[in-house]
Amino acid sequence: MPLIKTIKDGLNKTRIGFWQRAAGLISGKKSLSSLERSELEELLILSDVGVAASERLMNAIKQGSSEKTAMERLKEEMLGILSLDSNFEFRISNLAAKPQVWLIIGVNGSGKTTSIAKLAHYLKGQGQQVMLAAGDTYRAAAIEQLKKWADRLGAEFIGSKTGADPASVAFDAVSAAQAQQADVLLIDTAGRLHTQKHLRDELGKIYSTIGKKMPGAPHLTLLVLDATTGQNAVSQIKLFSQAAKIDGIILTKLDGTAKGGIVLAIAQELKIPVLFTGVGEGMEDLLEFDPAAFVDSLLER
Amino acid sequence: MFDSLTEKLTGLFKDLTGKGKLSEDNIKEASQKVKRALLEADVNYKVVKDFVAAIEEKALGAEVLNSITPGQQFIKIVHEQLSTTLGTRHEPLRMASQPPTVVMVCGLQGSGKTTTCAKLAKSLLQPGRRVMLAAADVYRPAAIEQLEILSQQVGCDFFKKDSDSAEATADKSTDVVDICQSAHHEAVKRLADWLILDTAGRLHIDQPMMEELKAVQSAVKPHEIILVVDGMTGQDAVNIATEFSQWLDLTGVIMTKLDGDARGGAALSLRAVTGKPIKYIGLGEKLNALEAFHPERMASRILGLGDVVGLVEKAQSVFDQKQAAKMEEKVRKQSFTLEDFSQQMKQIKKMGSMSEITAMIPGAARLPQNAEIDDKALTRTEAIISSMTPQERNRPQIINGSRRKRIALGSGTSVQEVNRLLSQFEMSQKMMKQMMNSKGRGFRMPKGF
Repeated sequence: MPLIKTIKDGLNKTRIGFWQRAAGLISGKKSLSSLERSELEELLILSDVGVAASERLMNAIKQGSSEKTAMERLKEEMLGILSLDSNFEFRISNLAAKPQVWLIIGVNGSGKTTSIAKLAHYLKGQGQQVMLAAGDTYRAAAIEQLKKWADRLGAEFIGSKTGADPASVAFDAVSAAQAQQADVLLIDTAGRLHTQKHLRDELGKIYSTIGKKMPGAPHLTLLVLDATTGQNAVSQIKLFSQAAKIDGIILTKLDGTAKGGIVLAIAQELKIPVLFTGVGEGMEDLLEFDPAAFVDSLLER
Repeated sequence: MFDSLTEKLTGLFKDLTGKGKLSEDNIKEASQKVKRALLEADVNYKVVKDFVAAIEEKALGAEVLNSITPGQQFIKIVHEQLSTTLGTRHEPLRMASQPPTVVMVCGLQGSGKTTTCAKLAKSLLQPGRRVMLAAADVYRPAAIEQLEILSQQVGCDFFKKDSDSAEATADKSTDVVDICQSAHHEAVKRLADWLILDTAGRLHIDQPMMEELKAVQSAVKPHEIILVVDGMTGQDAVNIATEFSQWLDLTGVIMTKLDGDARGGAALSLRAVTGKPIKYIGLGEKLNALEAFHPERMASRILGLGDVVGLVEKAQSVFDQKQAAKMEEKVRKQSFTLEDFSQQMKQIKKMGSMSEITAMIPGAARLPQNAEIDDKALTRTEAIISSMTPQERNRPQIINGSRRKRIALGSGTSVQEVNRLLSQFEMSQKMMKQMMNSKGRGFRMPKGF
């Protein structure tokens, strides 16, 4: 196994299957017959791309410039969907405010705690001093789980007690990060279903409390999303956005057979970028998301 | 977010009269709509195709009953087909003839295995029964601690292997088989009726990890092997189910996180692929949030039709028949007071939060997202009524300005809120009077209910 995985390695299992069949179907062709088109649409749906984004892609193939091959038109349109607002500046190497406060949210079981560990590993690799805060005060043993990761990674750890108010944990964590001059503070939160209003309100309170302690924070609010999630992901993001401004997505479990097509559905409908992808169990299996590489690796034969 | 399928189809069939048969043309168009609705609900594409073909065959030439519209008739056919595909009845865990009954729980990371294990333990833990939870997840940090805490909350037996020795062994898979075997011995020794094995989360394509499960299966020979699947899973549900059922002799499925707004179309895919029943569904983080699976209700959910049966059942379970009769008597005699009003409110509250209740009402999915139901409104109303004297409750007309001020102060609300409640009450009294006066014609439920 290579030391540093590329998105292509990570997507290896993902690629085999629908996307590869899609690539095989259209490569080398200028236009598609209606039979081929409906087969391609089927493959897109099977990849969780969603009905709306699939239609957009199919239209692009049908009506795009005749100068280009069907493959070029498909890739172009996929990139078009994925290329989001460039106002969003994502530069970890140039952290303006110190400490950077990142809030990690998501539904139960999406992989928040593991993603935090991977993020911490990634940031440490960039020479950042990282602090982890145990904001999941609900689930049994969630605090212990994060503590174990902090110990393994050699990261600072701000603990709490099960049942404690997560907003006050976040508040204390920001104070500690400021006092200890950490570069990045990663705040874990309890998994919550987006449909539960009181849990959304709790998230809103955590979010605003952090802002009160440190104006401008949290600097990044990342939603952790399981790549096997279907169209419900769109609803998740819409509802969570009522409580906190989501800056980006960490897409986890992309090393399964899930096609990650949900990324296109989300970008199409909500214009929120994927920033990282999780592609394995190891600490190093977290990759910065590069839309062009993602599209290329999906459709490479 | 999702348009109601019912609405779409009703619109489609609007022009047809209540007589005649469904024609090939309008069925084609309708089944396209069904297809899209199912895809939006994350039912697998291939499953959808087969399903729609079956629907078309059934619908073609079906008599449209006089009492309902063709749209409703079509929905009925779809709904019936969905329910039968999903299973015919609820299938609980089967007890083995020789205890302990061993239940192995497996699934992907984050699907909710550990929580589900605890919920299962709680539901199986009846007087005179002994349930043991065993922690076989040696991979995720603190997974064992989590299960240990949960089993304390449930109040059941718990088994783990000393974590030190687990860390020391290089080959964790051998360890897992060993843990499960020791757990089994322990369960036999303690005369447990049920042993639930919580295994580690794994990707279905992770061969060594799947081999581990297979090894556990042949070593412990579980009576039930349950696959836990996240209710929000998309098209991939089919691959997950196929792989797991190729490696293991699955006996059933539990779907979790259905307290969200996911349509749960994966249920249909899972059933179609594995042929195994969905036994329970998980509906929340609390340990009692595990319910039996009802095919016809799931069908309604997938189609976005709401869960009227569930709502009625819930209402029946909290509304006291005698009290309901008494209320009716009061309404008839027009002696319905604020006191009775607050009694009713308390009963409604027992059914759960307002948002939970509205989620079961057909069409509620279409309510705008900001039309959140305020549970606290009920509490405030109760507080206002509690701050009144008995005379005031029985004769609200005596509540003058200064009384209003006092009530607002006492209940921590404002005079405006007290006013609003009183005018609402007055209005409902008027409505009741009208209802009673037009009694001969009978009382009709509001349309659409």
